[in-house]
Amino acid sequence: MGEKVQRREDPRLLTGNGRYLDDLGRGALQAAFVRSPHAHARIVDIDIADAWELDGVEAIYTWEDLPGRVAEPLPVLIPHPAMTHARTGYCLARDEVNHVGEAVVMVVARDRYVAEDACARITVQYDTLPAVVGVARARDGDRLVHDDVPGNVAANLRQEVGDVDTAMAAAPHTLTLELAIERSACMPMEGKGVFARWDADDGSLRLYSSTQTSTGVRAAVAAKLELPLAKVEVVTPDVGGGFGVKIVHPWPEEVLVPWAARNLGRDVKWTEDRREHFVSSAHERGQLQEVTVGFDDDGRLLALDVHFWHDNGAYTPYGIIVPIITATQLLGPYKPGAYRVEFWSLYTNTVLVTPYRGAGRPQGCYAMERTMDAIAEHRGLDRAEVRSRNFIQPDEMPWDHGLMFQDGRPLKYDSGDFPASLAKLKALVGWDDFAAYREQAAREGRRVGLGIGCYVEGTGVGPYEGGHVQVETSGRVNVATGLTTQGQGHQTILAQIVADELGVPFDDVHVTTGDTRRMAYAVGTFASRGAVMSGNAVALAARVVRAKALRIAAEALEVSPDDLDIADGVVSVKGAPGTSIALKTVAVMSNPLRYAFDASAAAATQFAGTFDPDTPPVGDDDEPGLEGQDFYSPTQATFANGMHAAVVETDPVTAEIRILRYCVVHDCGVMVNPMIVEGQVHGGVAQGVGGALYERMVYDEGGQLLNASFMDFLMPYASEVPHIETDHLETPSPLNPLGIKGAGEAGTIPVSAVIASAIEDAEGFPIRSMPISPAELWELRRRHAASDPHPVPVQEDPR
Amino acid sequence: MKPAPFVHHAPRTVEEAVAVLAQVGPDGKVLAGGQSLVPVLNMRLASPGHLVDVNGVAGLDTVEVTAEHVRVGALVRHAGLERHDGAAAALPLLRQAVRHVAHPAIRTRGTTVGSLAHADPAGEMPAVAVLTGAVLEVTGPRGTREVAADGFFLGPLETVLEADELVVAVRFGRLPAGTRTGFAESARRSGDYALAGVALAVSTDGNTVTGARASFVSVTPVPDVLVLTPVLAGARVGALPLDAVTEAVRAHVDPESDIHAGADYRRMLAAELTVRSLVSTTTGVREGAA
Repeated sequence: MGEKVQRREDPRLLTGNGRYLDDLGRGALQAAFVRSPHAHARIVDIDIADAWELDGVEAIYTWEDLPGRVAEPLPVLIPHPAMTHARTGYCLARDEVNHVGEAVVMVVARDRYVAEDACARITVQYDTLPAVVGVARARDGDRLVHDDVPGNVAANLRQEVGDVDTAMAAAPHTLTLELAIERSACMPMEGKGVFARWDADDGSLRLYSSTQTSTGVRAAVAAKLELPLAKVEVVTPDVGGGFGVKIVHPWPEEVLVPWAARNLGRDVKWTEDRREHFVSSAHERGQLQEVTVGFDDDGRLLALDVHFWHDNGAYTPYGIIVPIITATQLLGPYKPGAYRVEFWSLYTNTVLVTPYRGAGRPQGCYAMERTMDAIAEHRGLDRAEVRSRNFIQPDEMPWDHGLMFQDGRPLKYDSGDFPASLAKLKALVGWDDFAAYREQAAREGRRVGLGIGCYVEGTGVGPYEGGHVQVETSGRVNVATGLTTQGQGHQTILAQIVADELGVPFDDVHVTTGDTRRMAYAVGTFASRGAVMSGNAVALAARVVRAKALRIAAEALEVSPDDLDIADGVVSVKGAPGTSIALKTVAVMSNPLRYAFDASAAAATQFAGTFDPDTPPVGDDDEPGLEGQDFYSPTQATFANGMHAAVVETDPVTAEIRILRYCVVHDCGVMVNPMIVEGQVHGGVAQGVGGALYERMVYDEGGQLLNASFMDFLMPYASEVPHIETDHLETPSPLNPLGIKGAGEAGTIPVSAVIASAIEDAEGFPIRSMPISPAELWELRRRHAASDPHPVPVQEDPR
Repeated sequence: MKPAPFVHHAPRTVEEAVAVLAQVGPDGKVLAGGQSLVPVLNMRLASPGHLVDVNGVAGLDTVEVTAEHVRVGALVRHAGLERHDGAAAALPLLRQAVRHVAHPAIRTRGTTVGSLAHADPAGEMPAVAVLTGAVLEVTGPRGTREVAADGFFLGPLETVLEADELVVAVRFGRLPAGTRTGFAESARRSGDYALAGVALAVSTDGNTVTGARASFVSVTPVPDVLVLTPVLAGARVGALPLDAVTEAVRAHVDPESDIHAGADYRRMLAAELTVRSLVSTTTGVREGAA
C-alpha cells in the first residue's frame, strides 16, 4: 500500500495482447442495425425483401419479431419519486423513433460486411415529426418529444435548506448569473460490444460484453430472455475504456444479440462502430443554469438559489442521477448559507444522457466557481480569498449539508482539509506572484490569465462490493471481485492490498474482475468506487483468510494465533522465525483429501498423519480450503476533494487559447498507488480539457449530429493536453477500513470552471458559456468591444 | 462502417492501371495511400464498384531533383518527401509544408500526388503546387499530358482529371535563388485540417523586398496565388506595410463557415498568419504560428 508499483497489466496491453470484445468470437455471425436517420418520426413501413436476397444474411428482425419481454420497453434502472415521466425505448423501435441513431432493424449475417450491405437494402418509410433539439427548445415546451409528457419534463426536483427567500432579501449584495454548458460524451476508444454463445444442450448462455457491470447485465438479460440466473454467465473481457457510458444496461444490443444467438443456435457478435457510438450510445453535460447568490461585504455566501434545466435526451433509462449530482455537488467545499436548488430534466430528440466521468459534477462545479469569481469581481476581492472565506473548516467535519445525495443518503462530508489544499495549490501555481508575471507578459505583448476551481466529489457509493481470496496449495493467491475493469489498474492495486493484508509476495496475487462465474454478487464500476468498494472488500476477505491461516498454523505449531505473523508467504512465530510453516502448506492442511494427486496433496490425505478420530475432518463451523469472502457495504459515500489552477495565454489577435500551466492538488484519502492516482488525475484533466476547449455535440435544428466522427468531434490529442503538475493531500476517510476515497473522476470535474476562470481573467469580460473555441472568444471580443464602454485594452503587437 | 462490395484491381504497370480505369469508367477509383478514400468508402459516402490499387505499380515511388524542379512520383508518401534531404534543399517549402499534413501515421501512408488529385481545399500540398508553378504528369488511354497546377483544380474535390486518367507524378518548380519561403497554418488541434493556412514565397535584394506571392489553405475554393509584389515591392525588411498585406489577403480569400469557425474568423486568421509568416520569413527570427 502506498507504493508506486508499476502497473502489471501494461506489458500485456501495450504489446497488443489485450483481449477485447472484438477479439472474441471468430466465426460468429455478426449483427448490424438499420438506425433512424430522423430525430423524430413515426415508422410507416419497413421493407426487408431486397435484403433477404443477399447471400449470407441469416436473420432480419424488427420489433414485430420480438417475443415476450424482449418486446417490452427497456427498464428504468434507477427510479426516483421525482421522475414522474420516465420513458425508455425499445430494443428495436416500435412505431416511433426519438433520436437519430435509434435502432429500427437488426440484421444478422455471415460477417459485418454482408450485414451492412443488407442494412443498405432495407427501406424504412417514416412520417417525420418536429424535432426538439437543445435545452431552450425543450423548455419552451411547444414541441413535445413524447406526446404524453407535458412540457418535456421527465422530472422536476427541488431541495431547500434554510429559508432562501428571507436570507436573499436580507443579503447586502446579490448577483444573478446565466450559464450554459454544452454536451460532450465519454468516447471510450473501444465502443460497446456483445458476443453471445448459446449452449442449446445445456440451455445456458455465455455472454461477453464490453460493460462496466457484468452482474447487472447478467440480471437484466436473464430477466429479458426469461432465463434462470443460473443459466446465464457474463464475462467482461479487457475493456478499452468506459467513462460511464458502459454502466448503462442493458443496451438494446445486450438483449438482442443473445436473443438472436438463442434463436439461431449460433454464436452472434456485435461490435459497435464509431458512428454508432456517436448516435446510439449516450452523451452528457448539456445544461442551462441560473444562479442567484446573496453575499456580504466580505464575499461570504448568505443565500444561494439555483435553477437549472438539464437535457436528458430522448429517454431516461438511468434516471435523474446526473442532475441530482449537479444539484448536490454544486456546493463543493463551501457553506452556501440558505440553499435552494430546483431542476427540470427535459426530453429532447437527441441521444440519451447518462453519466460521463464527473457525472453532473463538472456542471455543478462550473456554476459554483463562476459564481465565486463573480462575487470576487463584484467586491474587488482576491478570488482565492473569497473561496477561502466560504470553506467548511476541518474542525467542522463531518459536515452535513442537509440534502439527499445520489445514493438516497445524506450529503455528509466525512473529512477534508480545504484550507490546507488551497494553501498547497497557491504555492504550486505561484498564486501570489501572478500579478508580476502578468505585467511581464503584458510588456511582451502577451495576454495571460490565471484561473481556479475547487470541488468536492462524493465517491464510493454503495450498496456493496465483494471480495473473494483463495490461497492455492502452490502458494498462488486468487482474488476475485465482481466489478469490472476498463483500464484503471485494478489488477495492480487490488493485488497490492491483498499482498499487504495477507503477507504474501505481490507477484503471487492474481486478480479477476467482472466475471460472474467467479463473483456473482457485485454492483459495477462507476462513481469513482472501484478502489473504495472493492479495495476494502478484498482487504476484508484477505483478513478472513489470514485469520483462518493463523488458526490452522497455530494448531500445527502448537502456539497461540496471537503469537504468529505472516510475511512473504510464511507463517512464523513472532521472535522465532525458525518456527514457521509456509502458507501454501497451510493451504494443503486446510483441505482434508481422500485422493493424493501430487506430493503436497498427499500430506492432506487420510493416512498421512495423526488426527483426532472424534472430530470430523472439517469442523462444524469450518469449510475446506484456505479461502474467504467478505463484502464491504458503506453507510454513505466518502467525499474526496481537489483544487485546480491554470495559467492560460490568449493570442491578442487570433484568440487562440493555450494552457501554459495546469496545477492540481488532490485529496483522495489514503493512496493505494500514487502513480495510478496521478494517472487517473492526468486522464481526467485531459478529458476536462476536451470538455472545456474542444468537444461539443453539434446538432442542427432537425436533430442531425453534424460532427459524428473523430474528424469533427475534437477530442484533444496529447499535443493539446498540458503538462500537469500535481500535489497531494492525504486526509483519510474515517468511513472505511483502508481510509480510501475515490479518484477516478476527480481530474475531470473542475476543468471547464478553471479554464473559464483563466480566460475571463485574461480577457477582462465574463465567460458564461463553455466550451469555448478561439473563434468564439474572438466573437466575444468583438461583441464586448462594440458594446462595452470600457473595452479591454488590447496589447500592442511589438512587431 | 464497412465499405460496400468492390472489385479490387492490382495493376503492375501504369499502362495496366490506365487500361483498367478506361474499362471501368466512372465506376472506378484510384487507390494509392487511401487516407481520404478509405474512410469515405467505410462510411459509404461513396461506393465505387472498382478500386484500382496502384501500390504495386513499379517506378512511381521516386523523388528526383533537377535544376528546374523536384519531381515526386505518385507513390511517394508524404513522409518520404518530408524526409528527403535533396528535395528540402532544392525547395525548402516542400518540407515546411508537408510536415503540416495531418499526423505522422497518415503521412506514412498518404501520398503527395494523391492529395493533389483529391483536391481538398484544406490540403496543404495543392497550395504548394500552385505557388511553385507545379506541373502534373497525367497518363490516360490517349497518352500522357502535362497540366499546370493553376489549371488543374476546378473546385473543392474537383479537378480536370478524367475518370480514366492517372497522375503519375508532379513536378514542383524550384524557386529562383534568394527566394525565401514560409508556411504557416492554424488548426483546432495539431494535425487537423487547418482553419486557415498560407504558403509564402518572398524574394529580396539585400534588405528590400522585390517580390512576394502567397497561396492559401482552407480559405479559397481552389488554391490560387495572391501576388503581393505590388504591395511589398520596395519595402524594407523590418518595416513592411503589414496593414496593406492584411487588406490584400482579406480581399483575396473567400472562406466558408463551418462548425469549427466562421468565415470572418478564418479571413482574419488567414491575414494574420500571412503577416506573421511574412515577418518570420523575412527576418528568419520569428517562427510562424503553429
